[in-house]
Amino acid sequence: MEIDKYSIAPANELDVAEGLRINSLMAASAHPIPDPDSWIGEELSRNVLVTTVDYVVDWARSRSLFPLMFGLACCAFEMIGMATSRFDISRFGMDIFRWSPRQADLMIVAGTLTWKMAPAVKLVYEQMAEPKWVIAMGQCAISGGPFRESYSVVPGINRIIPVDVYVPGCPPRPEGLIHGITKLHQKIVKESISKA
Amino acid sequence: MTTALNGEQVARRINKVSPGAVVASDKAAVVVTSESLFKVAEFLKNTPALDFDYLTDLTAVDYTDYFEVVYHLISLKHNHSLVLKTRCHDRDKPVVPSMTGIWRSADFQERETYDLMGIVFDGHPNLKRLLLWEGFDGHPLRRDYL
Amino acid sequence: MVIKTEPFILNIGPQHPSTHGVFRMRVTLDGEVVVDIEPVIGYLHRGIEKMGENRTYTQIIPLTDRLDYLASMTNNFAYVLAVEKLAGIKVPERAEYLRIIMAEAMRISSHLMAVGFFINDLGAMMTPVLYMWREREKLLDLFEMVCGQRLTYNYMRIGGVSQDIPEEFLPALKKFVAEMPGFIDEYDQLLLQNEVLLARTKGVGILPGDTAINTAASGPVLRASGVKWDLRKADPYSIYDRFDFDVPVGTVGDNYDRYWVRMQEMRQSVRILEQAIAQLPGGEVWAKVPQLLHPPVGEVYGHIESPRGELGFFLVSDNSIAPYRFHIRPPTLINLTALKDMVVGWKVADLISTFGSIDVVLGEIDR
Repeated sequence: MEIDKYSIAPANELDVAEGLRINSLMAASAHPIPDPDSWIGEELSRNVLVTTVDYVVDWARSRSLFPLMFGLACCAFEMIGMATSRFDISRFGMDIFRWSPRQADLMIVAGTLTWKMAPAVKLVYEQMAEPKWVIAMGQCAISGGPFRESYSVVPGINRIIPVDVYVPGCPPRPEGLIHGITKLHQKIVKESISKA
Repeated sequence: MTTALNGEQVARRINKVSPGAVVASDKAAVVVTSESLFKVAEFLKNTPALDFDYLTDLTAVDYTDYFEVVYHLISLKHNHSLVLKTRCHDRDKPVVPSMTGIWRSADFQERETYDLMGIVFDGHPNLKRLLLWEGFDGHPLRRDYL
Repeated sequence: MVIKTEPFILNIGPQHPSTHGVFRMRVTLDGEVVVDIEPVIGYLHRGIEKMGENRTYTQIIPLTDRLDYLASMTNNFAYVLAVEKLAGIKVPERAEYLRIIMAEAMRISSHLMAVGFFINDLGAMMTPVLYMWREREKLLDLFEMVCGQRLTYNYMRIGGVSQDIPEEFLPALKKFVAEMPGFIDEYDQLLLQNEVLLARTKGVGILPGDTAINTAASGPVLRASGVKWDLRKADPYSIYDRFDFDVPVGTVGDNYDRYWVRMQEMRQSVRILEQAIAQLPGGEVWAKVPQLLHPPVGEVYGHIESPRGELGFFLVSDNSIAPYRFHIRPPTLINLTALKDMVVGWKVADLISTFGSIDVVLGEIDR
């Protein structure tokens, strides 16, 4: 059978554009993005009045985070389990999981990230308004997990977006994720409002 | 219990209908040439005693000299099964006729085999990459990838 | 005057509340009616088949957990059955019974999720999910008693299961089995004759029986279309031939039938659990199998009835410690072949609910 009679479909321009985006993102993400560290070491230079205002605003921000549901794989079901009545994150003010990034300020990336999905993650992260935080849930999001050696898996989401809290586990128990969220609350309270 | 049909007996029946189609056969499987694959598949589906109307699995194995495409067939009516295989020896441009005209379940599985192994299925309505993105270099499941 | 309209392409993208994972559809719409649909997958492709060629037979078991993560033990079960068929290993009786108990409990847990999220897609916000999650948490507690994990268990081994059940497991399981039919009755009372459910799912997304066979649909999707084919009865594996249970079959093949088949299957699973608990023998739970298994040269295709359909593993062995080829037959990818038939001509809201009734899990589609 000859080459001319091959029935490979002609390349759809949407697919080709997507492929170019993925390849260029893969080439640009050779090194991990450093973790944000603006919450360290500001305490010496602040005076009392600014500290109180900072503290109240940050406390209010941290107790009413709206999480963005970004469940990719198995960890998503432990995240949903955290939202159900047994482990209940309503008591932390995070009852409603928003589906639109414009309305959310915390992105919990739960599951394996592949290079094909990476441009979508970056787009969603950029659509969120400041101040925003990211939790990497599960081994696959932290470092690629059991699939690190594969040809199509991103070795940790901090190649694409900066991460604030890492929650280890495969999958982490819902209590573990709640512990990660309380750590994030402690981190948010230490930030200065002049950052956002 | 699903009985696995004896490959040699089925090979004899196939040889009566299209002589020269069978390359090898043993107790488990029947290997046919890729040119006669479409005719053999039609025969297996339409003969009342065989009546293979359910294509369970379509996959390919890379033995380094040749590719072997494996089809697992089941008949729901008679509750028996058969393994059908075909080989292609061309490493650069392996071509096998597509089964989507006979069993529609071959649609996504052939696209996936093209994507991961590089085997082209002649006659498929929409053969493009399924799991990897357009612009990915190479076919990962081949033995000589990476 | 005729108004000229033209169809436009809408992208129901990988991050979406109703796509049960990272699934993308390019839908061509004429107004609100679906004209054409093209599924785009691969956003969770992790290369499990390639990784399987580098690992020993026992090291692949945790990888198989992550395939269909809502029914992880059935993936383990299918894989170890295939390896045992290839290597000719006999499993002790107690291990067989424990495997059946785990598989049927997994089936109940998975169907609870499937039905809960299907009704969530119809618009009932999270209420059905929260109700059904109540029972699922009880089942997850049982699994945690046995193997310490809630979601990805890694419990089955080649030749048996990894450890025996603790003493508190059987009383807890008996209590669950006694209460479960009451809960299924509660769901039926709320849902089975619910007007909104009937109006939105009766006659929607019909899959005729012969199309289902031609596109090799399996599991509840095939049975709802009127074809009585269940691998536990047609090709019994493990010790399913010792149990007495029915196979529910639908009539029309619409969304309501698929929902109904799943609810009935939960009742049948409770029946199997009762019989298995009564017949559970003593003995050891893991046969003596070498650590590095060298199966004889050959190939095998082992398949079981998972909650989503026929899950099969195709293994080719060349007498070394790792398989030469490791292929997974995903039930949900092949069930999706008929999606276009079921959806064209209906509206966008029906597309979402029909897709929910097929019950996909992306980990299995993309592997």
